[in-house]
Amino acid sequence: MHVLDVAASLTTPLLPDDYLTYLNPLWSRREPRGRVDAVMPETADSATIWLTPGIGWPAHTPGQYVRVGVDVDGVRHWRTYSLTSVPGRKDKRIAITVKAIPDGVVSNHLVRHARRGMIVRLAPPAGEFVLPDAITEPMLFVTAGSGVTPVLGMLRALAAAGPLPDIAHVHLAPSRDEVIAGKDLRHLEQRHPAYRLHEHHDDRRGLFDVVALDALVPDWRERPTWACGPAPLLDALSDRFDAEGVADHLNIERFRPVVAADGAAGAGGLVRFTASGREVEADGATPCSPSARTPASSCPAAAVWASVTPVSAPCAAAASAICAPASRSTATPMTRRTSARASPPQPAPSTSPSSAKGPAR
Amino acid sequence: MSTDTSASPLAHLTPEDIEEIGRELDAIRDEVMADLGEEDAAYIRKVIAAQRGLEIAGRGALLVSLFPPAWLAGTTMLSVAKILENMELGHNIMHGQWDWMRDPEIHSTTWEWDNVSSSDGWKHSHNFQHHTFTNVLGKDRDLGYTLLRIDPEQPWHPLHLFQPVTNTVLALFFEWGVAFYDLEIDEARAGKRPWSNVASDVKRLAKKATKQLSKDYLLWPALSGPSFLPAFLGNVTANAARNVWTHGVIFCGHFPDGVQTFDYTEDQLEAETRGDWYLRQLVGSANIDGSRAMHIMTGNLSYQIEHHLFPDLPSNRYAEVAPRVKEICERYDLPYVSGSLPKQYAQVVRKVVRMSFPGGGGAPPAPTARGRPPTRPPPWRRGRRAVACGSWRTPPR
Ligand SMILES: Cc1cc2nc3c(=O)[nH]c(=O)nc-3n(C[C@H](O)[C@H](O)[C@H](O)COP(=O)(O)OP(=O)(O)OC[C@H]3O[C@@H](n4cnc5c(N)ncnc54)[C@H](O)[C@@H]3O)c2cc1C
Ligand code: FES
Repeated sequence: MHVLDVAASLTTPLLPDDYLTYLNPLWSRREPRGRVDAVMPETADSATIWLTPGIGWPAHTPGQYVRVGVDVDGVRHWRTYSLTSVPGRKDKRIAITVKAIPDGVVSNHLVRHARRGMIVRLAPPAGEFVLPDAITEPMLFVTAGSGVTPVLGMLRALAAAGPLPDIAHVHLAPSRDEVIAGKDLRHLEQRHPAYRLHEHHDDRRGLFDVVALDALVPDWRERPTWACGPAPLLDALSDRFDAEGVADHLNIERFRPVVAADGAAGAGGLVRFTASGREVEADGATPCSPSARTPASSCPAAAVWASVTPVSAPCAAAASAICAPASRSTATPMTRRTSARASPPQPAPSTSPSSAKGPAR
Repeated sequence: MSTDTSASPLAHLTPEDIEEIGRELDAIRDEVMADLGEEDAAYIRKVIAAQRGLEIAGRGALLVSLFPPAWLAGTTMLSVAKILENMELGHNIMHGQWDWMRDPEIHSTTWEWDNVSSSDGWKHSHNFQHHTFTNVLGKDRDLGYTLLRIDPEQPWHPLHLFQPVTNTVLALFFEWGVAFYDLEIDEARAGKRPWSNVASDVKRLAKKATKQLSKDYLLWPALSGPSFLPAFLGNVTANAARNVWTHGVIFCGHFPDGVQTFDYTEDQLEAETRGDWYLRQLVGSANIDGSRAMHIMTGNLSYQIEHHLFPDLPSNRYAEVAPRVKEICERYDLPYVSGSLPKQYAQVVRKVVRMSFPGGGGAPPAPTARGRPPTRPPPWRRGRRAVACGSWRTPPR
């Protein structure tokens, strides 16, 4: 570190970083980067992307996510992806599994245009959607579509450490072909007798009804549960767990935030930083905190770099993990067509994302 | 300026014309903004890479600058690097021209330039005051940087007799001129700014300047060992070259013949419409003709007119916008001041010399149709968006 301090007085006002990244982008400490090493197709519209993170990237806990900054058509977008690789690999690589959603800016770019050698920005791993340190009870995983990703990370890590514990896994997908990492899951089931995979394919059996849990996993009420998938599924699950009085068993990870729907789009509103309790009035195109100059990498809410308006639906996909909008909040997605300005944020760190441990009671 | 409206180059415009010009210019801006993308991002990153490469190479050569060719090559590369850094990079990035990329490493809020003045102070005085009050006497403190008499309407003082010398010194030490000007001591004297602000700005300047000076004149020369003295002189030369060049470019942007100044009151400024504002920018600036390399070296401030119309438009796009602006000027019979560097520079020098003596009046008057309510608020009234996002300090009321 000393050497870099001395070097900084030779490079001022720039940092040695600003030169070193030309030698190796992964050396940046100010704006940690990751290099795409491989892109492995999973289904027709999803792919697993293997990345080598820059120096100093801390190991993650299975179930956590990473924020990824990707330049699409010259504009940096930050999105959140669950880590699907086993932590602490010898080759230091990490993997995310991305499903391209219709018109999705970043997901399509990653699935269809990511190439070996491509450089992205990486924030350190974060998230509370993780397993307990010691697993003592039978568990239930309920996942749908790309919501399988955090659970995939958990399963792989557990399997790498030994035989899987008693896990019932209900996974929903539109069809058998569209099951992300379907082969892996089925393979795990064959090798680990305590792991039971219940696949539900909409094309054959219609939409899943949470009532079906009773038949698939009769003892579900006794099982601590981890669920990730579209909002309607998660809402239905919450209601069911509530009704049965076992709400505290349910751990939820939302890929999309619950966005307040009142007010006209673009009208702006009140943004509340959950950790600090600070509230900011913002119009539809104003950054949460114009006066802040926190570099994105040190800012826990760097999602604002992805989208200056905090509570828009697309932004919030990334931001939801960090900032929870106050109820009045609505704002238009920031696109460079409507505003050319972005400013870095100054929200207080919030380490408890929307992956709340079930509905707070 | 004077009240003789017949001499104004804008006198023939009807209010409808003015608003139509505003709309046309808005349309040009919107079109280019919507078209920004990967190629633009690649451009600025290429310039940054080139600048850093030149700087490293230049400083590397100066390490062995006892060898005269190394001194020459090193000093040249370092001069070019410093000019690129201040003009095409620093000035434009701090304007927010590249903020649309949302890259914190190339962003108006984080960029710190290779200059003794801190980017914060500069962003306020330049982005806010100069770009908002372009060529408004008494408001645009850029007008002669409060040191010189550039306009016949500025009162003459015997000290102005020395201004050809003052101006030469200013050119050589331009970065210091800018730094002191950012302190706004004149504003504090006039009671418009608390002295405590000045004091904290002085501290900031001292801190930044110490780092800059020790890098250029101590650390790098020291690393050069036996080449200490030539390396030191190489840095002196590079900084001076950059100073003279930026001074020249900036003065050529606003002070050649045919460029208008305005004698507005606060009320008149507030009554300015979008079209009025555009026109003030248009006739208050002058372009420099030249090659692509020359444009890049001026930070595309050779497209001063386009830069003043669209301060936050990425500089690499001014070249394509210029013919369209010029076409509007021709259609509405408006001046579009442009000329080669030597020609413009000669006019500036002549003006500096002429204005060192009393008189010299006769410039055309302000163009606006006054008292009409703005159809669209002028940029500085539209909040953070147009006040160029660098204005951290609130504008003086
Ligand atoms: C904690 C967390 C973990 C996540 N993990 C993963 C993961 O492992 N794999 C993965 O593929 N995605 C994951 N996501 C979602 C991901 O961050 C992006 O939201 C998603 O890739 C869409 O981004 P985009 O740029 O392609 O879409 P955008 O261009 O932002 O949006 C395009 C359209 O899709 C809608 N939309 C936005 N996000 C979603 C969404 N999540 N689901 C459905 N519609 C949406 C928008 O409203 C808009 O209409 C996660 C999100 C969170 C918050
Ligand atoms: S996006 Fe602004 S704080 Fe989350």
